[in-house]
Amino acid sequence: MAETMILVPGRTSKQGTSLNKGKLKQEYLSVTSTLEMNSDDMQRLGLEEGDSVRLSNDIGETIVSCKGRKPEDLPSGMLFIPYGPPSSQLMASDTAGTGMPLSKLIEVLVEKVA
Amino acid sequence: MAVTLRIVNGKLYDPINNIDGKIQDICIEDGRIVESVPDDATRIDAQGMVIMPGGVDIHCHIAGPKVNAARKLQPEDHRRDPHPGTPFTRSGTGGTVPSTFATGYRYATLGYTTAMEAAVTPIGARHTLEEFHDTPVIDKGFYVLLGNNIFLQNLLREGRKEEFRQAVAWWVNSTKAYTVKLVNPGGDEPWKGKKNSNVSDIDEKIDDLSPRQIIEAFITTVNDMGFPHPPHIHCNNLGHSGNYKTTLETMRTAGDQRAHLAHIQFHSYGGELGKNPDSKAAEIIEYVNTHPNITCDVGQVMFGKATIMTADAPLAYVLRGLTDNKWVNVDTECESGCGILPFNYQEHIYMHSLQWAIGLELFLMSEDPWRVILSTDHPNGGSFMHYPKLIKLLMDRGFRKEEISRVNQKAIAKTALPDLDREYTLNEIAIITRAGPAKALGLKHKGHLGPGADADITIYDEMDDKEMMFNAPRYVIKSGKAIIADHEFVGDHIGKLLHITPEYDAKIEEIVQPFFENYYSIEFDNYAVADSYLHDHEIVPTTNQ
Amino acid sequence: MTMSENIKTVKNATCTFCGCVCDDMVLTVDLDEKRITKAKNACVLGRAWFAEHTIGDWPVAMIDGKEVSKEEAIEEAAQTLVKAKFPIIYGLSDTTCEAQRQAVAITDIIKGTIDTTTSVCHGPSGLAFQGVGESTMSLGEVKNRADLVIYWGGNPAASHPRHFTRYTVTPKGMFIPNGKKDRTVVLVDVRKTPSVPVADIFIQLKPGKDFEVLWALRALVKGKKIDASIEEETGVSLATLEDLVDKMKNCRYGVLFFGMGLTMTRGRHFNSGALMALTTDLNEFTHFVAKPVRGHGNVTGADNVVSWQTGYPFGVNFNRGYPRFNPGEFTTVDTLSRGDADAAMFIASDPASNFPKAAIEHMKKIPVISLDTKQTETSKLAHVAFATSTYGINTGGTVYRMDDLPITMRPAFDSPYPDDEEILTAIKKRVQELVWAKQGIKAAVGEARVA
Repeated sequence: MAETMILVPGRTSKQGTSLNKGKLKQEYLSVTSTLEMNSDDMQRLGLEEGDSVRLSNDIGETIVSCKGRKPEDLPSGMLFIPYGPPSSQLMASDTAGTGMPLSKLIEVLVEKVA
Repeated sequence: MAVTLRIVNGKLYDPINNIDGKIQDICIEDGRIVESVPDDATRIDAQGMVIMPGGVDIHCHIAGPKVNAARKLQPEDHRRDPHPGTPFTRSGTGGTVPSTFATGYRYATLGYTTAMEAAVTPIGARHTLEEFHDTPVIDKGFYVLLGNNIFLQNLLREGRKEEFRQAVAWWVNSTKAYTVKLVNPGGDEPWKGKKNSNVSDIDEKIDDLSPRQIIEAFITTVNDMGFPHPPHIHCNNLGHSGNYKTTLETMRTAGDQRAHLAHIQFHSYGGELGKNPDSKAAEIIEYVNTHPNITCDVGQVMFGKATIMTADAPLAYVLRGLTDNKWVNVDTECESGCGILPFNYQEHIYMHSLQWAIGLELFLMSEDPWRVILSTDHPNGGSFMHYPKLIKLLMDRGFRKEEISRVNQKAIAKTALPDLDREYTLNEIAIITRAGPAKALGLKHKGHLGPGADADITIYDEMDDKEMMFNAPRYVIKSGKAIIADHEFVGDHIGKLLHITPEYDAKIEEIVQPFFENYYSIEFDNYAVADSYLHDHEIVPTTNQ
Repeated sequence: MTMSENIKTVKNATCTFCGCVCDDMVLTVDLDEKRITKAKNACVLGRAWFAEHTIGDWPVAMIDGKEVSKEEAIEEAAQTLVKAKFPIIYGLSDTTCEAQRQAVAITDIIKGTIDTTTSVCHGPSGLAFQGVGESTMSLGEVKNRADLVIYWGGNPAASHPRHFTRYTVTPKGMFIPNGKKDRTVVLVDVRKTPSVPVADIFIQLKPGKDFEVLWALRALVKGKKIDASIEEETGVSLATLEDLVDKMKNCRYGVLFFGMGLTMTRGRHFNSGALMALTTDLNEFTHFVAKPVRGHGNVTGADNVVSWQTGYPFGVNFNRGYPRFNPGEFTTVDTLSRGDADAAMFIASDPASNFPKAAIEHMKKIPVISLDTKQTETSKLAHVAFATSTYGINTGGTVYRMDDLPITMRPAFDSPYPDDEEILTAIKKRVQELVWAKQGIKAAVGEARVA
């Protein structure tokens, strides 16, 4: 079962502190591979806390682990992830003549990884 | 080129040393003018050429936060005017707000060797110094904005005159400034704190303090401390009809103490507020002519593209209302503000033609060229690249007449310009572009070529067409080093910072610091500019030092 | 680990992790261990910044992963840049202005292309600025005056923790004697972020609808009618918008802070521009200012340096011997993704981690020179990699806060690694020699090409 959702990569406190420790270190890699999902959406997709999820689109794909958020905090169909190498896999390079690739509100297909 | 140099056969104009077109040798050694040099010194044959000291721009906007915002704002202005690099010089872009390298090199191509950035916030002084370091050739300094400084105004409100004096000296030292600048004194607080209003009268009290009181305090204090250049003042009501009265009152406030009025053309309007102005150039110049303590720069408007950049933020907003163009406003905590917008002076517009004519009236009715100095308030009235054309307008009444016929005639009718026949001589041009500003600034080694002076020299081919002549000096020598020879760049140079260090009692910091900690957003210890930003510099002594 | 007795305290030091550039750090430095053991006043991000930048054990210089001397690496870097037809230089947001100046000089000499992380951060806001201008302020004005503080498309609690507490919400100010109690804080975002608890009013809008909401606000400010269907379109009710407009028009000093929610989404500079135009419109009624919240410590410095040296803030090309500006052509995501660049120098940035795939793929095909304080994906793939010291911790120099305030840093302890300025100056000198040699010009370096 796969659904299209909107991914918002962004900053978090942990991402900022682990970045300082080193971007090649495990903590940073693990922080930037943790996806926040609306808990109702998770239930519908048969996902439990910590399950692996594949995010994919025309550009690429990445496997991350999911964490639930209350629906009133994270609307249905929206995903949040601390930005880093995993989220960059899904970013298109077209900048529409501005220099800026679309780095937020990225459309992705979400499915549970068995 | 060599360290010793002799220039021969050139016609020298050196008003400070009373030389008016005399063919005379000029000797240079180690960056200074000397009495003579050995026979084997390198020679420049300046036959058929005119020699002047390097130009001195007493009022321009070329480096710092406000200037850089204006640069960033107008890529379209730069695009039309690239400044290619050479093997010896960095590239850049031009327009009315050139990049730093282009600014320095272009002043050099006009034969200017010193320029004073007219308005810098204390908190932005570091930025100005950084940009200065990337502005080649010219020596430079800046005026620090203190007229809307909240801490200083509070001291005045409380009658704490001695502490005011110490604090002013501390501020000038801490920022490495050349003198104090006042812009629309008293006007910041109504703009930022009272829903975009302004102060409209020199005696209007803003929280119990009037612009006149601010102006008076600075003039007295700075004169007392013997600064080489007095307070540099952008009067209230710039641009408004009837503002000549404010200008006269501002000058009267000085009494017989030195004061410099910036871009006085913008402050010479008659008429009623809300209606089209007319010219009060005659009244203004009459006061300047009869009061030797007053110096001013004209702030001539030149048709074409300009950029308004001014610490007079409310004025910029009013202008925005007229042009509906992009507009920048920057509030600077506790100290100042600024407004920026692109602008175009057009011949068919009444106001613009009037402004143009008033500037020329002021020049032509001036009885003392030492004190009515050439400027366009670059880039507010137009780019400094217009100086040669302005010089031609002053020297060539035939050309002037042609130009007058092309502009808005209703505006001309409100001025005395058509009847002013005077033509400036080369000697007088040397005064308004070199000797006069150097003297007004108290720069004893600039603006002349007597022994001991800085070897900043411009050599022009003598031509009938004065615009062409002043546009392309054949040689430009800075600190004894050839920068331009036979119209080509042959070398590069970083000019020095000119600043003053008036004495003050360090105890004043104990008074400033608590205010700082409460109301500023950076640490007190990080505010003053470190000496590492000085690079090559010269401290100009106060008369008390 | 016991602390040594050789302790130094550095007061008024500057943290450059984020654009807040807090200059009130009190650092406790263990000079023997060469580490900062305490950073008083730092937020959680600043504490990590100070604690984790210690002296590493990787080589100063490497070519293709093998350790070489600094001089060899500089030579190879210079040769690489001069040989290339379309060399690009990128990054610069986490280094000093002194180093940034050298980077622009190199680009000028090699007639290459220079771009900074601005292009993937607030570049769109810079483009909007060129179009509509901006009414803005220094942060102390917010502290002293702002009775209405609006955050749009940003999450300071995560990215700029002290923004609220040092500058915009908590502090008491000259005209805000009661601090937060005298202010109304509004937050606009697509999801509830950790910043929301600070706000008095949270406005949640549908993703990708910022422009529509901002434009509706502009219309309401100008007294035009907006249909109630705006709620269906944007997720924000007409009543909410009208209430916000009322607050904006009637405040004494309003400020709009905005972030990546506007610049990184569809519309980019149109979104930023709509907000900046709204701010300008509001000045008809009261004093209103806006400020993009800048990410890295010295990205504002990069904007300033590139602007004053070239006239343009980012995406600058020197192929013709003078600066030309063209976002989309000369910006780095584009020059890499399209395969234009045939050599690249990345300074204080890690595009191999954060750029789109197509850009990273091309990066792997061209010779890359990298300067960074730690090992990253970018330094791993670099042909020439320099390890440099950390600005603000080992190296002094100038940085610009997000509101363009220039601050001089006070470093804590020395590093055996060279700083960016030293490496770039050496590369510049060598590149100048090579270019002059190609042109047959005999001139000693240092005689010309000032700065």
